[in-house]
Amino acid sequence: MAKVRGAIVVDTERCKGCDLCVVACPTDVIALNTQLNGKGFNPAYPANHDACTGCMSCALVCPDMCITVYRYKPQKEAV
Amino acid sequence: MEEVKLMKGNEAVAEAAIREGVDGYFGYPITPQSEVIEYLMLEEPHKRTGMVVLQAESEIAAINMVYGAAACGKKAMTSSSSPGISLKQEGISYMAGAELPCLIVNVVRGGPGLGTIQPSQADYFQSVKGGGHGDYKLIVLAPASVQEMSDFVEDAFVLAFKYRNPAMILSDGLIGQMMEKVKLKPQKERLTEKEIREKYDSWATIGKKETRERNIITSLELKSERQEKHNDKLQAKYREIEKNEVRYEKINCENADYLLVAYGSSARICQKTIQLGKEKGINIGLIRPITLWPFPSDVINEAADKVKGILSVELNAGQMVEDVKLAVNGKIKVEHFGRYGGMIHSPDEVLEALEQKIIK
Amino acid sequence: MSEILTPEEIIKKGELVFKKTKFMTDANLSYCPGCGHGVAHRITMEVIEEMGIGEQTIGVAPVGCSVLAYDFMNIDMQQAAHGRAPAVATGIKRVFPEKYVFTYQGDGDLAAIGTNETIHACNRAENIVIIFINNGIYGMTGGQMAPTTLEGMKSSTSPYGRDVSTMGHPIKITEMVAMLPGVCYATRHAVHKPGLVRKAKKAIRKAFENQRDKKGTSIVEIVSNCNSGWKMTPVDANIWLEENMLPVFPLGDIKG
Repeated sequence: MAKVRGAIVVDTERCKGCDLCVVACPTDVIALNTQLNGKGFNPAYPANHDACTGCMSCALVCPDMCITVYRYKPQKEAV
Repeated sequence: MEEVKLMKGNEAVAEAAIREGVDGYFGYPITPQSEVIEYLMLEEPHKRTGMVVLQAESEIAAINMVYGAAACGKKAMTSSSSPGISLKQEGISYMAGAELPCLIVNVVRGGPGLGTIQPSQADYFQSVKGGGHGDYKLIVLAPASVQEMSDFVEDAFVLAFKYRNPAMILSDGLIGQMMEKVKLKPQKERLTEKEIREKYDSWATIGKKETRERNIITSLELKSERQEKHNDKLQAKYREIEKNEVRYEKINCENADYLLVAYGSSARICQKTIQLGKEKGINIGLIRPITLWPFPSDVINEAADKVKGILSVELNAGQMVEDVKLAVNGKIKVEHFGRYGGMIHSPDEVLEALEQKIIK
Repeated sequence: MSEILTPEEIIKKGELVFKKTKFMTDANLSYCPGCGHGVAHRITMEVIEEMGIGEQTIGVAPVGCSVLAYDFMNIDMQQAAHGRAPAVATGIKRVFPEKYVFTYQGDGDLAAIGTNETIHACNRAENIVIIFINNGIYGMTGGQMAPTTLEGMKSSTSPYGRDVSTMGHPIKITEMVAMLPGVCYATRHAVHKPGLVRKAKKAIRKAFENQRDKKGTSIVEIVSNCNSGWKMTPVDANIWLEENMLPVFPLGDIKG
């Protein structure tokens, strides 16, 4: 059975670089960017995007609602 | 058909509130105004009009319940007496800042502190100069009879909603406790939610429809530029109220040589003093401010051109006299006479004071 | 054999499973990085969206870090004086019983200056929802001791740690009000882990359903962090919360 795949979009200008999504992600997708955003924070970004399963853990703990999550289930398409 | 009843001042306020279509009364017992909530509880206005009556856990809670209800565009009121009104000041300041209409009834007793339960006018400053923190004004109506206790409920709500500002009926233990004949007003319908939406949807928190932005009731503005602008708006409103809403009564002023200025129960006593003066050949007039804020300064200023001296008669150690002096602006002599601590002056005492302090 | 999709293709072809609720405004939250307020705000507004009650809900946020909640919650809101939110909510609910009314209060607000209003609103079974954020400190004013500050915990007004012999004990207000017959639901949650966020949201949903069913007062306490006040990184603050706050304020239903 094909694995569920996910993808995230981070609103990097909204992000305050709190690191909570990095810790919450079970597949180590997210890291903080070394480049600062407009507010002077190191925003989160999907450094290892291919590992994302779309589990939403990052979005659930993100206090600033910076993360949008998409999920793709390949077996659905087979039907 | 006209309905006339013999009532206490406090009961008259309560009955008038039901007939005004008030949506919520929130109060806490304190002498000498507990008859307001007692009357309301006994009358069960929820059966008559759907009006809510709630005994709160404190005066502080009561005024904040008024805040919540008023912010929904509902007619909300509370009543208390001096120490209780002091506790409400925080909430009153917030309501003035957030521009919420409501009615606060103060049946004043003597202070300071726990003071006495007897009548007093010692809360004049607190009522007309703000009372709580910040630059704000209450619209203050001073009844001199049980009839006015009743009538001013409607007047206060009209003014409160017209200007989105808290209004106060500043009474005292004398007017609150005494019984007089009252002509009652006909019953008004309480506004429906639809009517409230039609009238107050631009500001009231009655649920955000998709068709409009959210309404926010707040007195907070962290940016000083915006806070100053908000204050400018309040001040402009207060100037408008001063222009339009001054109320007073002139008694025997045409050919008077001396003038008394007195409000509420003091004004009643001064009417007898006018008679006593006549008997002695002293021609005395009386100006009775009905709105203590806005204060009838112009009327008093004009009157000062025609008399030799003014005595401000108050049940306190000298509060309204400051506003009378400001109005007169040094043109003629202005003195104060008052009993306090719950004592009430007699008409003779007032005449004696006029003779000693003004006529000499 | 499944195809290998790029993230861009997943975004295009896949299902949108999480985005910010429209009941939160687009304004940037004024809270410190990692502060639990943001999650608590969001799940409250998600519940309101999912129950379809946005047009009928009025929120009350009193003084504290969340005093500006009205900038973020996209519904009709009232700002209340410090501690007075349950009284304000009482006023709203009594004159508009068909509306949904909630308060959103911090620990200083609800458990210190507003204790009287909290207890009596609960005792009257006011049909409202109280959302209570407990982070053991006054955040807005700069990290002073709160009624919920733990024994020995340092704050700017207990710089040598809270000495319970002179400063009192951390107050467990949710347990206290749970004793009152007017309270139908008293529960304690946290929002620093994904699973806990889900549970907290379920609790808030249940609280609003209680209001719909006219069951009385529901109080949902959320044990949260204050990394600025605690002087820790957000990640360390959440570890500290687990190790220190939760033993004193254990999670779970207290009543209902």
